[in-house]
Amino acid sequence: MDLPSPRGFRVVGARAPRADARDKVFGLLRYADDLALGGMLHAKVVRATRPSARIRKIDAARAGALPGVRCVLTARDVPHNVLFSDVPGQTTQVGPLRARTQVLADDVVRYLGEAVALVAAETEEAAEEATRLVAVEYEDLPGVFEPEAAMRPEAPQLEPTGNVISRWKVRQGDVEAGFREADVVVAHTYRTGLIDHAFIEPEAGVGWLDENGVVTLRVATQVIEHFRDVANVLGLPHSRVRIIAPYIGGGFGGKEDVTVEVFLGLLVWKTRRPVRLCYSREESILSPTKRHPFIMKYRHGARRDGTLVALEVELISDAGAYAYLSPLTLLYAMVHAAGPYRIPHVRIDGVSVLTNNPPTSAFRGFGSAQPAFAYESQMDELARALGLDPLELRERNYLRKGERLASGQALETAVLLPETARRAWAALGPPGPPSGLGKRVGRGLASALTSYGRIVWLHDWSSAWVELQMDGTVLIRTGVPDIGGGQAAALVQIAAELLGVAQEDIAIHIGDSALTPLAGTTTATRQLYMSGSAVHKAAAELRATLVLQAAELFQVSPEAIELADGTARVRDNPGRASSFKELAAACARSHRPRSAFAVYQAPAGQVMDFETGQGKVFPDFTFGTQAAEVEVDEDTGEVQVRRVAACYDVGRAINRNSVEGQIEGGVAMGLGYALLEEDQVAGGVTLTPNLMTYLIPTALDVPDVTAIVLESGEGMGPWGARGIGEPAIVPTAPAIANAVRDAVGVRVTRLPITPERLWRARQESGAR
Amino acid sequence: MRTIELTLNGQRTRVAVEPHETLLWVLRHRLAATEVKSGCERGDCGACAVILDGKAVNSCLALAVQAEAKSVVTVRGLGSPEAPHPLQAAFIELGAAQCGICIPGMLVTLYAFLRDTPRAGRAEIREAIGGNLCRCTGYQKIVDAAESAARRLLAQGTDGARRT
Repeated sequence: MDLPSPRGFRVVGARAPRADARDKVFGLLRYADDLALGGMLHAKVVRATRPSARIRKIDAARAGALPGVRCVLTARDVPHNVLFSDVPGQTTQVGPLRARTQVLADDVVRYLGEAVALVAAETEEAAEEATRLVAVEYEDLPGVFEPEAAMRPEAPQLEPTGNVISRWKVRQGDVEAGFREADVVVAHTYRTGLIDHAFIEPEAGVGWLDENGVVTLRVATQVIEHFRDVANVLGLPHSRVRIIAPYIGGGFGGKEDVTVEVFLGLLVWKTRRPVRLCYSREESILSPTKRHPFIMKYRHGARRDGTLVALEVELISDAGAYAYLSPLTLLYAMVHAAGPYRIPHVRIDGVSVLTNNPPTSAFRGFGSAQPAFAYESQMDELARALGLDPLELRERNYLRKGERLASGQALETAVLLPETARRAWAALGPPGPPSGLGKRVGRGLASALTSYGRIVWLHDWSSAWVELQMDGTVLIRTGVPDIGGGQAAALVQIAAELLGVAQEDIAIHIGDSALTPLAGTTTATRQLYMSGSAVHKAAAELRATLVLQAAELFQVSPEAIELADGTARVRDNPGRASSFKELAAACARSHRPRSAFAVYQAPAGQVMDFETGQGKVFPDFTFGTQAAEVEVDEDTGEVQVRRVAACYDVGRAINRNSVEGQIEGGVAMGLGYALLEEDQVAGGVTLTPNLMTYLIPTALDVPDVTAIVLESGEGMGPWGARGIGEPAIVPTAPAIANAVRDAVGVRVTRLPITPERLWRARQESGAR
Repeated sequence: MRTIELTLNGQRTRVAVEPHETLLWVLRHRLAATEVKSGCERGDCGACAVILDGKAVNSCLALAVQAEAKSVVTVRGLGSPEAPHPLQAAFIELGAAQCGICIPGMLVTLYAFLRDTPRAGRAEIREAIGGNLCRCTGYQKIVDAAESAARRLLAQGTDGARRT
């Protein structure tokens, strides 16, 4: 029996309206903080008011005595006061990838905002008041706030093993020999900022003890597998903790590490009452985690004709006060650092360093966004040094299918980089004139590769259950958290395509660690690939059962049966049809299961060689190019982005609206990264604790984006789909930086390109 | 505590409030109007916007007592699945809601804006939602949907709302 294929798609590829969007626009969807339970307590977190200090004493007596306060917890009340930042389901133990933090600080605090105590009270006001009454006596300790300073032996050491928490290497060829072949060498140091996820929904959740004594937490999270972390902290079997992820109001990696889960679990367990915890915006900005600032020293060598011959890179990432996923982010950066280019001689060294700054971890474009700013700025500078067109230089060096990254991984699927670059560039159209005097217009482009799916030696898997219900409708169960990208709706489309049922007749239960089969995290741009494949597998199995049942019913061969419009019918004989409701009853009569459970296991690989950094690390990559046109005000240094065109090979677009939505949203976030956003931290103190000082792009900052979608059909997901969530943000900042360079002739090597930085750079270069 | 009376989405409602409580807090926690979202509590993000006596306001910056004897319209007052407002229909159709947390504030802001400026173009629509932050969509499909709804509203000659 043939499965649906691209030629005959009914649902896949459509601009299908999403069921979750319907609930969202009518105000019917209940997010994590939209649930109120009888007898619910309100919780608050007491946070450290200094970046590096010893806790001499915590006196919670006055807080505990405040009317309405039901519970105050400090480190000594936490059964197992430790959290490990494992990759959920991680199978391969790689020492540096195992990071630990405390739930509540017990001896020292390492950053301003670190959690010290928890309070739960009858009202939010009483809880707030109680946080002010928890008296914490600190003794200030020396701190270190720059990663380069933190690497020196005399620096204060945050861990007994030192501040350097990971070092990775990539070695290919002979880099010295490579540079001897070079006619031109371009070297610059690039820096990127500390970035807040700034989802509009802060970290939040409500927890309760259910009728079976299970600690149940309904929280905004990308990872329902954190039920294990909560259980470990409480010293309970894993089955005694349940995490439910309702639809999430934005994730971007900021709801990947544990946020409110363990705090809620502790308070529910201690008080036996329902508890609500919702971070304020300030708390959201002060609490972990953020995007790593990187220092990136790049040196490229090329021949006169533009052929790249050598690359030397040094990456330094500021991990902040705790490791979280920093070693992993750095590892990603290592593999992406050379960009999508063929370079025979490469040496990359990366180091991640603890400081007393806010902890950094996952953020959309996990370790691939920072290096892209550097390597794509470098490509433009090389083009200038060689007198070549930037597009031409790139085309000469783009990797092709079958070739290998500097880290040795072969590109096994389509690499349509030249097409993405030409089409994005062409889509900018004819250049527009400046809008007035003292304005200059410039254009730039940037290409990138971004991995999707988890590291191959972590043995990723997902699972899903698909069922034909007795009323003829279909139900999907899978533990996917939907963070707004249309994760659930895409799974419905996949099942609809395979089963010949309208999307309206498919319901989906997602994100419940007790009642939906685990699907792994909504991170690493992996859900369409992994859970899409699991749903595809389960739906295909169910389809086969239904076809057999219908064949039996009509006494024909299975090949003669087609499933369409919620019926099974004999092809070319519309009179012989059975509704899915009848088919469900027939299945029950014949003892045929009306459901299928499938586990999808990603192809696994060997652990890379850490001495050389050689090996296959990722399942596959998504390739794309963005082109931007900017206008710069010469007097103020202000940059306005006038248009952006983005072209990606997404393998297969399952939902065209969602694909474009990811690209448009990625560009907007990338624009913020390029021009506006930076958590300003001085001596460990965040100076931008709200959305008036931490600026994310508004509707007036973001231009219309031309999204161009290519479909090679060669990705790893259902029908050859690739992931687009993270890739969409990666090339934006370098494309804008290159456009600014084109406009005013000055290279700004630090993000964000604020008016002040651009103005200074122009002053220093003597530009007029 | 003091009891105030207001009209919430067309229904006369009495609620006891503390004088210092914001309209946002009272809507979410005393009137179960959780469709009004809380994003920053200081007027920076627009997620909590509601229509107060015909004007779009950030409910985190208004005290509940200021709503006394006034009409409050939330996104639920604009339309329902059975009778969607053209803005809501367009947002679904054109994929303008991703995570959706900003959408209730977006929709009421756009509703009030298009009622007053029915012939608004793209640039004006962008300006109108300049105070409504969205982190997912890049605003493009929101502007597309608003434009499309504006055309429909103009053709209908109404503001399209169910209960205002």
